[in-house]
Amino acid sequence: MSMTLTEKILAKHSGRSMVDPGETVWIDVDVLMTHDVCGPPTISIFHKEFGEEARVWDKDKLVIIPDHYIFTNDKYANRNVDILRAFAAEQTLPNYYDVGTDRYKGVCHVALPEEGYTRPGEVLFGTDSHTCTAGAFGQFATGIGNTDAAFIMGTGKLWVKVPETMRFEFEGDHLPPYIMAKDIILKVIGDIGVDGATYRTMEFAGPGIKALDIESRMTLTNMVIEAGGKNGVVEPDAKTEEYVNQRTEVSYELVHSDPDASYHSVYHYNLEEMVPMVAKPHSPDNKATAAELEGTPLTRAYIGSCTGGKLSDFKAAAEIIQGHDLAIDTFIVPATTEVANGLSTEKINGQTLKEIFEGAGCKIGRASCAACLGGPEDTFGRLNGKEVCISTTNRNFPGRMGSKDSEVYLASPYTVAASAVTGKITDPRQFIN
Amino acid sequence: MSQDILKGKAFVLGKNIDTDQIIPAQHLVYSLNDPEERKFYGRYALSGTPSEESGLPQGNIPLVEDDAFESEFKIIVGGPNFGCGSSREHAPAALQIAGIQAIVSPSYARIFYRNSVDGGFVIPYESLEDLSKEVHTNDELEIHKNENVLKNITQNKTYKLKALGSVEDIVEAGGIFEYARKMGMVPKNEKVAS
Repeated sequence: MSMTLTEKILAKHSGRSMVDPGETVWIDVDVLMTHDVCGPPTISIFHKEFGEEARVWDKDKLVIIPDHYIFTNDKYANRNVDILRAFAAEQTLPNYYDVGTDRYKGVCHVALPEEGYTRPGEVLFGTDSHTCTAGAFGQFATGIGNTDAAFIMGTGKLWVKVPETMRFEFEGDHLPPYIMAKDIILKVIGDIGVDGATYRTMEFAGPGIKALDIESRMTLTNMVIEAGGKNGVVEPDAKTEEYVNQRTEVSYELVHSDPDASYHSVYHYNLEEMVPMVAKPHSPDNKATAAELEGTPLTRAYIGSCTGGKLSDFKAAAEIIQGHDLAIDTFIVPATTEVANGLSTEKINGQTLKEIFEGAGCKIGRASCAACLGGPEDTFGRLNGKEVCISTTNRNFPGRMGSKDSEVYLASPYTVAASAVTGKITDPRQFIN
Repeated sequence: MSQDILKGKAFVLGKNIDTDQIIPAQHLVYSLNDPEERKFYGRYALSGTPSEESGLPQGNIPLVEDDAFESEFKIIVGGPNFGCGSSREHAPAALQIAGIQAIVSPSYARIFYRNSVDGGFVIPYESLEDLSKEVHTNDELEIHKNENVLKNITQNKTYKLKALGSVEDIVEAGGIFEYARKMGMVPKNEKVAS
């Protein structure tokens, strides 16, 4: 029987030769990830349900990455990190990335690949909706709540309903110089809507996807949750193997969709026809082209998060910002400490990215989720009033980045950087030929 | 889960109610275990919803009054894609702590739905049509669980609800742990904390 990539992974992990969309199966989990917001309640459910003396099902398979509320004076937020630290000590967990140590990473969805946990063919659950990012490596990866995570912590298993798969096929062999993966995913979400993929897999395929580098693929799968998707996947290839093999020695299996697998629906796009896209307030599917919004006044720009805080995102922004003064406050938040190091080593025309951003007057924060989801009031870059912000992040719901009075436009690092220079929404083609 | 009929006042919301509106991220720091801190999830439930969209059709009705911890409303009637956004389980927990027992919506975001069921917080009923356009905040509602029916006592109307289907056993058990114990998948825990 033919199956999609996602169906094959779920079949294998439920001990079956095949599964059908719609059926409920119990699957074995390869990696469980949690962080400082959802880790503490997960740990307390784990102890309540399995006992105070309980041990996690497999120490090597549990990964704890504090990243949300790190650089804050909020006493409750700091207490949450203390709870993670105590649990890691109690359970002698090898994969805990503690705040204030050399091991500290930052945003979990970028840290997971960097540390070799996003292996093709495996199952990853995380207590964060953007866990779907790891599908870029051909892994089944999705977000869950605390109770489900506590259940996995004790048993290594969870029930899932096998999703139908929607396939998004891309023609073309390269991105136009002014287009980034963010434009593609904003276009797709705008086309199908914020619930267009609810309960389903979004599979990205075709020569256009093969042409994308790993970080661009991560931007696509990262935002499938913004269309309601359960998971997003890109079929693994030589680029995937190269990336993963540099970061882990754990063996894995490359899984591909059968050519005659059946799909819920198939959509066709061409990379070369893409134009710079923006999601207007207050929903990621509220799409417009950057050109249509040209001139919309802004008060702030923000470049960061699991969606738009990777090294390639900052490189793109720096290409535009280099040699310009900025018209509005611009915040730079590298996703991880590895990305932050890259800002000091990666150069354009002899200047490091950090020098370019500092020279233009950007405010550079420390690796973490920071203002992407608002957070405590002293969070770096948080929108505390009526700001109108253009951001490389993933959500622009009312109040998402702080105040209910603020407005957020989502766009690619190119578009955000071009808009930071002018202080208005600006099509990056004005800066890139 | 033993009550056969859930009764109470309706609180009506529009479409795409995301988890940042249900419980804004700055409040996710309170302990869900500590009885004193836990109450704040009730106080801030739905505090991120724009005022004019809170308590439809009139609007400007908060789920929980400013200095209160619990709501006078018991059943939320929402538009499609209820609970979209983040995976925070604090969202269905906050609604339960505020006193909400059930939600009626034509569709849910999947993580919110799972969390509601597996954590045993609120029962997410699916309606056949978008009732957020018909029901008014403050209407007296009854959900007859055995018949999968919603009765609007105030407007004297009855609506069919979808059967809970494959999650019914978990809802009936009160959550994934209770269900797994029943099925012998997880050992019985004698030392359950309060």
